[in-house]
Amino acid sequence: MILQQFFNAISLGSMYALIAIGYTMVYGVLRLINFAHGDIMMVGAFFAFIFFSLSSNFFLAVLLAIVAASVVGALTYKVAYKPLLDKNAPKISLLITAIGVSFFLENLFNMIFGGTPQAFNYPPFFDQTIEISHAIITYSSIVTIVITIFVLCIVLWFLNRTKYGMAIKAIAFDIDTVKLMGINVDFLIVLVFVIGSMLASLGGIFYAISYPSIDPLMGVLVGLKAFAAAVLGGIGSVLGAAIGGFILGFSEVFIVAFFPDLAGYKDAIAFVFLIFILLFRPTGIMGIDFEKQRF
Amino acid sequence: MIALEHITKQFGGVVAINDLNFHVKKGEIFGLIGPNGAGKTTAFNIISGNYTPTSGRVLFKQQDITNKKPNEIVKLGIARTFQNIRLFDSMSVLDNVLVGFDSRFKYNLFEAILRLRRFFTQEEMFTKQARYLLEILKLDTHQFDNAKSLSYGNQRKVEIARALATNPQLLLLDEPAAGMNITESEELADILHFIRRKFNLTIILIEHDMKFVQKVCDRVLVLDYGKVIFEGSPQDMLQDEEVIRAYLGDFVK
Amino acid sequence: MSKYFIRLALISAAVMILLYISMQYLDSYTVMILENLGIFIILAVSYNLINGVTGQFSLEPNGFVAIGAYVTALLLLDKNAKLDQFMLSDPSDFILAIHSSFVPALLISGIVASLVAFMLAFAVFRVRGDYLAIVTLGFGFIIRIFAVNQSEYTNGSMGLSGISNEANLMWIGVFVLISITVVLNIVYSKFGRAMKAIRDDEDAAEAIGVDVFKIKTYAFMTSAFFEGVGGGLMASLLTTISPEQFSFMLTFELLIIIVLGGLGSISGSILGTIIVIAGMEWLRFLDEPNFFSDTAHPGLRMVVFSVILILIMLFARKGILGNKELWDIVKVKK
Repeated sequence: MILQQFFNAISLGSMYALIAIGYTMVYGVLRLINFAHGDIMMVGAFFAFIFFSLSSNFFLAVLLAIVAASVVGALTYKVAYKPLLDKNAPKISLLITAIGVSFFLENLFNMIFGGTPQAFNYPPFFDQTIEISHAIITYSSIVTIVITIFVLCIVLWFLNRTKYGMAIKAIAFDIDTVKLMGINVDFLIVLVFVIGSMLASLGGIFYAISYPSIDPLMGVLVGLKAFAAAVLGGIGSVLGAAIGGFILGFSEVFIVAFFPDLAGYKDAIAFVFLIFILLFRPTGIMGIDFEKQRF
Repeated sequence: MIALEHITKQFGGVVAINDLNFHVKKGEIFGLIGPNGAGKTTAFNIISGNYTPTSGRVLFKQQDITNKKPNEIVKLGIARTFQNIRLFDSMSVLDNVLVGFDSRFKYNLFEAILRLRRFFTQEEMFTKQARYLLEILKLDTHQFDNAKSLSYGNQRKVEIARALATNPQLLLLDEPAAGMNITESEELADILHFIRRKFNLTIILIEHDMKFVQKVCDRVLVLDYGKVIFEGSPQDMLQDEEVIRAYLGDFVK
Repeated sequence: MSKYFIRLALISAAVMILLYISMQYLDSYTVMILENLGIFIILAVSYNLINGVTGQFSLEPNGFVAIGAYVTALLLLDKNAKLDQFMLSDPSDFILAIHSSFVPALLISGIVASLVAFMLAFAVFRVRGDYLAIVTLGFGFIIRIFAVNQSEYTNGSMGLSGISNEANLMWIGVFVLISITVVLNIVYSKFGRAMKAIRDDEDAAEAIGVDVFKIKTYAFMTSAFFEGVGGGLMASLLTTISPEQFSFMLTFELLIIIVLGGLGSISGSILGTIIVIAGMEWLRFLDEPNFFSDTAHPGLRMVVFSVILILIMLFARKGILGNKELWDIVKVKK
């Protein structure tokens, strides 16, 4: 029983982690809470749904969906955020635009597909189970966990060991200096949006498989929770976001497992975390302090 | 009046200030001099509470103020201006100065909402005082203009008026004469002497304009890479070899 | 000083007489739109105080409006009505015990909302304002989760009905006048100057002695107070409420209103409310079958609204009035 919950927790945590990374990276480079990020996860799931209904190859459909969602993510930056950054607009304008983009994506998909949840089809493979000492574990959760860990390693390698990755980290600390060094900052920011969107859409697809339905508002609550996870881990830190995601996944699963009465409040746990972390350790677990360069 | 004791400030691995010691006597106009990146503004930020030093302490009238917040330090009587002018852009010159009076206003939120008598008397009193400060700084004709629309030199003076509004005993001026022409900076020098007398002020200023420093400062301290290389009168500073090498050399050339 | 009070009395009297005449002679549909308009003016003006005047991006209105609506509803309903209505579980003793008349209920709604605002502000404003938006957005969801799950307090997803309809145009007019007066009195005082200073340059404001935490908290609590009152008026006007009514949509409409009118401009918010409420009615045709297609498009209107918001931000960030007031502009032209 515990083992079973353990697997549920890691696979839920994986989804939060995948989505949280996009929030934390965008916040790192632009100091912007990208409200539309949760909706990119929804967009990814919907694209997978569309592509799988067009071709019977699930793997291909997922791949195309991830690419398409990352194009949408990059477009939100190019069309909505970049013009404001170029004009040196106050931060509140960026945040309002982000909310506008988020609401736009939700309502666009709502208009096209309707607000009622759609069944998400996937190959029967994911429903197969294996039994490990009385715990029944679906292939879908194993796939989620394995792929997430694999992807996390790649992203961390990319950020810490490659030229582009290190340049992205440098932007997070001092964007002006990086500009002066003749690095194409705009390209790197697009890259951040692309990576974030790819991970979020992957998370969205895992989410769709495990529920298994999708609707235009599915990204709102999950996005909010993933953001809380990013703050918990220490906003700006990719590893922190992943850790925060797993902590949140574990908390939700085990609190409901041990206190079934609280099941209705499951969605409030992330919010409670967010408030507590702001009260007692605003820099999160990894403790990156972005408030330094003020003067 | 104010003393910095063994102040060190590091950012990450970079040492901005290394074991800085100085004290300023009451009534002095004290100059902090040094090339860019020498740690002058960092020293200001430490005094004004925007930074906490890595080690060392700041004493203001014998009281340790090292860990106080900026707005608490203002209430104790230290006010500052900024190197890169930071006025409130959407507001008039007069309103900018009135924000400086903020902590001296004695009415509360309910008195403001209900427009009780004290609201009107206090507003009238402090508006009068704000106008007086603007008069001293020769800005009275601009009081209703938007702060942003003023010339660079006048914006610096609005910052000084705003700082004076907090009723300071110690005034920190970060490059007050930057962007001013010779007439303007000479006028500013006179104004500084006047307000020192008028308000019993002690002034610390950061400045690159050596003529201005000569005219205004009683004593100067030269910083280079976070270390003190000279302390004394502005006249002696110009003779000091190390100072010339570190700073004036570059500058005069 | 006396000039101020004479002017206030004259304007208030004029508005109230106008509303009285409207109530007598206009048809009930128009009166309903005016009532709705009044409530939205209260909400927009107070929302603008935290977002526009203080510059702290917040997404709180739907949460606080929900609090206000529930508090007013539970205070207005009598014991028997509650016993009749609560289906999912019996009402708690506390819920049964509370009861008050209309105006006290509205004031209590406002006070409860601003106390909740204080708790949120305490968590958020100790760090910089960055997290306010996400915390308030999350808060809107939490309130809904509680409204659905705490059925012994809220009757869960069934909502409450039969709330006495005391919020007529006159009462709404009174609270519109109060909210605008209070907000303007704050804006034109040391508190308003400090709020604008924080918006323009938070570090500089702190460096010259503004207690940033306190001022932000005041702004947020004042906004919350009138959103609570507005929610109470809404509950009494509609007579039925349910958790679904207070979705993020409400906040989004208000955001468009204050952005369109000009962030930081109180008169702009009033103007924005009139335009958006009228526009909402007018744009209803978008959702219906039209020239381009014969099927209905529920949601097209919302798409159009979000595009409008993004376009305003990209091309006309200042909105209609910027951060100026109507009377500033008139003065300059003189």
